[in-house]
This record gives sequence, C-alpha cells and structure tokens, in this order.
Amino acid sequence: MNLNENKISPDAEINASLRVSLLALFGGAAVWLVVALLLGIAASLTFHLPDMFADCSCLTYGHAAPAANDALLYGFCIPAGLGVILWIIARLGQTPLALPIVPVVAANLWNLGVLIGLVGILFGQTSGHTWLEFCRASSVLLFTAFILIAVTAGATFGARRERELHPAHWFLFAALLWFPWIFATANLLLAPNQPVRGVVQPIIGWWFANNLVFVWTALVGIGIAFYLLPKIAARPLATTGYALFAFLTLIFFGSWCGIPIGAPVPAWLPTVSRVAGALLIMPLIAVAIIVVKTVCGAKVSCFGGPFSFTRFGIGSFIVSGLMDVAEICPRHSHVAEFTWFGPAQVQLQLLGFFAMIVFGAVYELLPGVMNRPLPFPKLAKTHFFLSLAGVALLVIPLAIGGIIQGIKLHDANISLADVNASTLLYFRISTTGQLFLLMGALLFTLNIFVMTIQWKIALFKTAFAAITAPLPASEVKA
Amino acid sequence: MKTGIGIFIAAACALGSSWCGLVLAPTLQLGGAKLEPVLNSSDMYPVQRTGDATLGLQIYRANGCAACHTEQVQQDGVACEVSLTGLGKNQADDFKRFAQSLQSLPEWQDFDKELAADFVNWNGTLPQVVIAKTDKETADKMADLLKAAGCKSETRVYAFGSDIARGWGVRHSVAADFLYDNPVQLGSIRAGPDLANVGVRLPDANIQLQHLYAPSAVAKNSTMPAFRYLFEVRKIGDAPSSSAVTLPKEFAPAAGYEVVPKPEAKELVDYLLSLRANVPLYEAPFTPVIAKP
Repeated sequence: MNLNENKISPDAEINASLRVSLLALFGGAAVWLVVALLLGIAASLTFHLPDMFADCSCLTYGHAAPAANDALLYGFCIPAGLGVILWIIARLGQTPLALPIVPVVAANLWNLGVLIGLVGILFGQTSGHTWLEFCRASSVLLFTAFILIAVTAGATFGARRERELHPAHWFLFAALLWFPWIFATANLLLAPNQPVRGVVQPIIGWWFANNLVFVWTALVGIGIAFYLLPKIAARPLATTGYALFAFLTLIFFGSWCGIPIGAPVPAWLPTVSRVAGALLIMPLIAVAIIVVKTVCGAKVSCFGGPFSFTRFGIGSFIVSGLMDVAEICPRHSHVAEFTWFGPAQVQLQLLGFFAMIVFGAVYELLPGVMNRPLPFPKLAKTHFFLSLAGVALLVIPLAIGGIIQGIKLHDANISLADVNASTLLYFRISTTGQLFLLMGALLFTLNIFVMTIQWKIALFKTAFAAITAPLPASEVKA
Repeated sequence: MKTGIGIFIAAACALGSSWCGLVLAPTLQLGGAKLEPVLNSSDMYPVQRTGDATLGLQIYRANGCAACHTEQVQQDGVACEVSLTGLGKNQADDFKRFAQSLQSLPEWQDFDKELAADFVNWNGTLPQVVIAKTDKETADKMADLLKAAGCKSETRVYAFGSDIARGWGVRHSVAADFLYDNPVQLGSIRAGPDLANVGVRLPDANIQLQHLYAPSAVAKNSTMPAFRYLFEVRKIGDAPSSSAVTLPKEFAPAAGYEVVPKPEAKELVDYLLSLRANVPLYEAPFTPVIAKP
C-alpha cells in the first residue's frame, strides 16, 4: 500500500487503487463484446445463406446463437458491470479499493471461464438450458470469480469513510447478492448428472433467465444510472423515496416474472408470473419519474458523451420493460410468443440498456481512474451514434418482424414457409444493426486498449528513467 | 445505517420469495412426478425412449436444435363434437327435416347456422357432424335427442387452436410429456415447426435424414441450415450401403458416391421419431381417432 497516504489527495488514491482491476475487467469485457457481436453476425448469416455452415458444425445457428448470447451476457455485461460497481462503491465510500489484487485475479478467472464455456458451446458441450449453456468447469470459474469480486466490493464498503448510504448501494448490493444465489441454484439443480425431473427444469431455467437477463441487469444498470445521472447533472437524485419504491417493486415483481403463458406446467405458475408482470409497470413508472425529475433542466452540454449514453440506456430500459409487460398482456401475449419479439426484447435489454449505461460509465470514469484523457474522445462520441443506430436497426425490425410472425403463425392457413419468408426481410435488416454495433464496439475496444498501452508505456518510461538516471558523480568509477 | 440493514433484509426477503415460489414450490409439486395413466386405457405414459433415441436427445442438445424449434404444442381450448353414425330406421330426408326443425327451438338457436349449413347439401353420407365446437352438456343433450330419434351418434372430444390446425399435434403439451427428458428443451422460437409430435407427423426415417442432409429437398425455401456434417459422402464399395440416404436428383452426390448417415444422424432421427405426444391424458383429453381397417 501507499506509504505516503496522508500526502496525496483521496481521489488520486482511490483512482490508483482501482486502475489495474478496472483495466483487467473492462479490457476483457471489450474483447468479449466484439466476439459476441461477431458470433451474432455469424448466427444471423444462417438466415441469409442457410447452407453456409453445412460442413462446419461450430458455426451453425444452434451453436453460434447461444454462444453469441452468452458471450454478450457473461463475457461483456457482467464483468463490465462489476468493474463499474467497484468504482462506484469506492467513490461513494471515499475509500481506496480494498484487496486491489483480488479483482485482477477474478477478472482472469472470469475470462478463462468464459473462454472455456464458449469453446465448449461451439463444439457441442452445452447444457441445453437457455442462458446456462456453459459447461460445469466454466460455471465453477465464473462463480468463484464473482464471489471474489463481491467480497472485494463488500470489504471496500466496510472500509468506507463516508458512512451515508446512496440509493445506488441498494441496487448494487442486491445485484451482488442475487447473482450467486440464482447462478448456484440453477447450476446445482440443473446439473447434468443429477438434475431435477421433467418440466421443473425449464421452470427453474425460466426463473434463472428472467432474473439474470432482466432483474440482474436492471439492478446494476439502474444502480449505475442513479449514481451517474446526479453526478453528471450536478444535482441530487429525485428522490430517495421514489428510488426505494422502484427498488423494492422491481425486485419483488421482477423476480417473479419469466414463466411464459401456455407453458406445459401447472397453470398457477404462468398466472403468478403474469400478475407479477402486470405489476412490473410500477417500478418502470417510478424509474421514469426519477430520471425525468433528476435530468430535466440540468444544464449539461453533452453531445454523445456519458450523459447521452446513460439517458439512452434508461429510455431503452423503460421500453424493454414495457415489451416484457406486453408479452404477458392477456389478449396480445400469444402473438409475441415463440417469435423474434422475445429476442428483440433481450437485445434491447442487454445492448440498448445495460451496455449503453456501462459504456457511459466507462467513458465517464476512465479518464479519472487512468489520470489521463481518453485517447480518442471523438471516437467515443461516434460510438454513441453507432450504438444508437445499431440498437434501433437491430431491435425495431426484430420486434416488428416478431409481431408479423406471431399474427401469421396463428393463422393456420398460412404455411410455415410463408410465415418465415415474411419475417426474413426484417431479420436481414437487423443484421445491419449488428454491423453498426460491431463498429461501435471496435471503437470502444480501441479506446480502452490504446489507453492501456499508453499507460503501460508511461509506466515503462518511468521505470526506465529510474534505471537510467545518471548515478551521483561520487559513485561513478573513473 | 439502520435503514440500510432494513432495506437489505427486505430485499433479501423479496428475492427469496421468488426462489421459494418458482424454484422450491415447483420442485416439491412436480419433482416426484410419476408415470400417468392414459385415459380409457391401462397403459401408462410416457414410454421410456430407446437407447438410440436417448442418445439422439443429446445430439439435439449439442447442435442447439432448440434455438429454432419448440417442443410445446398449444391449444385454445377443448370442445365436443357430435356426429351422426347411423340413421336407424330413419331416412336421410327425414333426418334433414328433423335437423332443420331443431333450428327454430330456442335451446338450439346458438347452433342455428351449423345445423342449417351442414344439412343443406347433405346427401346421407355418414358419419356426418351434427354440432361441433360445443361443451359437454350440450353435446350430451344432442346425443340423447338423437338416441330418442332412433339414430346412432358418436361424441368426440377434441382440442382446437392454430397449432392443432397446422397438424403439429392433437392436444397441447403437458408436463408428463417431458418426464424422461434430460435436458428438457422446450424451445422459445418457432423459426421452424414445432416438434412435439413429429414422430407421428413424419414417421419416415429416410425423409427425416433427407431433411437433415438437404432441408430444401423436403421443404422448399427452407431456412433450416443443412447438417451435412452429420453425414459422410463416400465412394460406393462392392455394394451400396443399406443405410445410404436416397436423395432427389439435384441433391444426390456424384455418380459412384453415396450419402451415409453418421451414427449421430441416425440417433438424432431416432430421437425425432420418438417424439409422439399423441395419447389422451387427464389434463389433455381428446378422443383418439381409431383408424378403420
């Protein structure tokens, strides 16, 4: 630890303690984001050229699509979210990161786990449960890494100098508690050698998927936004009471959703899920009110910067939540079932909401943490507009295509081939959205990696200067 | 700080409630599920798959087939249908008049159109549907009426909905269908057809193999990727292999070569053919159609 603790400012101290951990987490996340989008594009190529991967098992749709989803969620979303969580907890507690080496180890374990899991999926080693495809070895690594980071976050929180709690604390700690809980439950009960029987498997699978993809990302994303928005807008969060309401309703109603209507399970399960889904409208409204009240009137000139990212992310969250509610709406739910509407909602949740909030946070925190400006600030802004276009082009056509598909699927006179043909155009448009997102992700990766390299060069220069500094004349031999 | 702990406990309770509700409760309710009796029969359901079909389930899993295919048929509801199977001593024209006379009675007014439309061009062929899409009570009443008139009738229970109309199944999927599956892969997208009942719908193994090797050979404009890596194209030896896939001309390999399925392809087809959700159960009743010899 730093021996001159009293001499340097707390900010510099906090930033220095976070530097290596965050670079390890964000660097890995950025690479996995690019991998995820590449795999996503490979998967959608099936709908352009069905025979493309006929002789190559690893890249057919059934392999590439789950791999792309997992790379996005486990590779990018979770580690990047964890990095931002560590930063927020250190900043809010006004304390340097406790155990600064642990997150670095955890980040490497995590990346190894994702790598093993993805290679496994591409070669057929998948569990067959959506969002839980990773093999056992990979799940153990991910779980261990997560616990390590959660412990670091807890220790940092325990050592905080600023005792006051912020609403972001509730959201982020709930997320740190909830992931190990659901991940362990799902992995232990759906284990390949001694699983639960019959349809209990998909029930637990749906519960896990909804709680990870919707509730967990919502907790982290909104937690980050509730910290970032007031910070950037330089005004308090409006108000703590609303935030508490949004928090409790989100975890209570959100965590009960996820069982689709019409599933071959006892009828009480989808019914409970449906009621919870209808009540999910409450946290959505509360979040919208909080954000509008906090943001409106703030004089922040931020064209494509972190503020724009965060606001767009919250907007996407509201829309994604409404799509979730629409999927359980009594009269129209059957239309969306088994169509591209579901994937559209998931992509909006992950890429439109979560990823945008994380991008905003990273662009906001990185210059401070690294103590140097972003190498390409203009590319960061370009990234915003590319992401904006990408999300719109990916999600809107998929959602419209899904609705058309759903309406036609329910007309038994239209053959399945015709149903598919009518959605093909929308699906193909969504591929261009993926291309935009990929370009944006490359810019994000470029900023992070150039910054890392600059920092390493600077470190090396300092070390080199120390080594090559001329020795005092008295020590120089003649 | 005290409020912090309070909120944390409230959050843990809220999250824990969903764990109890959606993990613990279903495990207790369904975790010990046993075989179910088939309606009006002494058979039990489901039947354990054969060894090859069980291996095929793992091929289905490894190739991510569930990314595009569901295994859950849905229905809008269940209804009864009464059809006339014998006229007894009556003449067809008498019955026609009888059916038309029912139209004016208040209790049959709801079936006004059916009774009229069905019998206008009826020339006495049997069986003839008298009323359809009705509840059990009305169906029984009609059956009694026909009996009193000296006719023979049959009441059939059937499920209806767009999936059933597409021929994807005869009833909706229920929990019992998946008792022996591990993993259970219900699927969530219908980029391809539902497979819950594909073993009944397309029972020909060669067609299944053709479809895996070259989807457009079976279904035109199919968006399904070809699974050629599950097959081997090899030179015909002394005699053609008995398991070679017969293919239409434009998909067949060069002369002197044959397409032989690898064991994976055979197992996958065995699994697909074992998907037969076609028996009536307590929670999914229907009257099976008995094929007449």
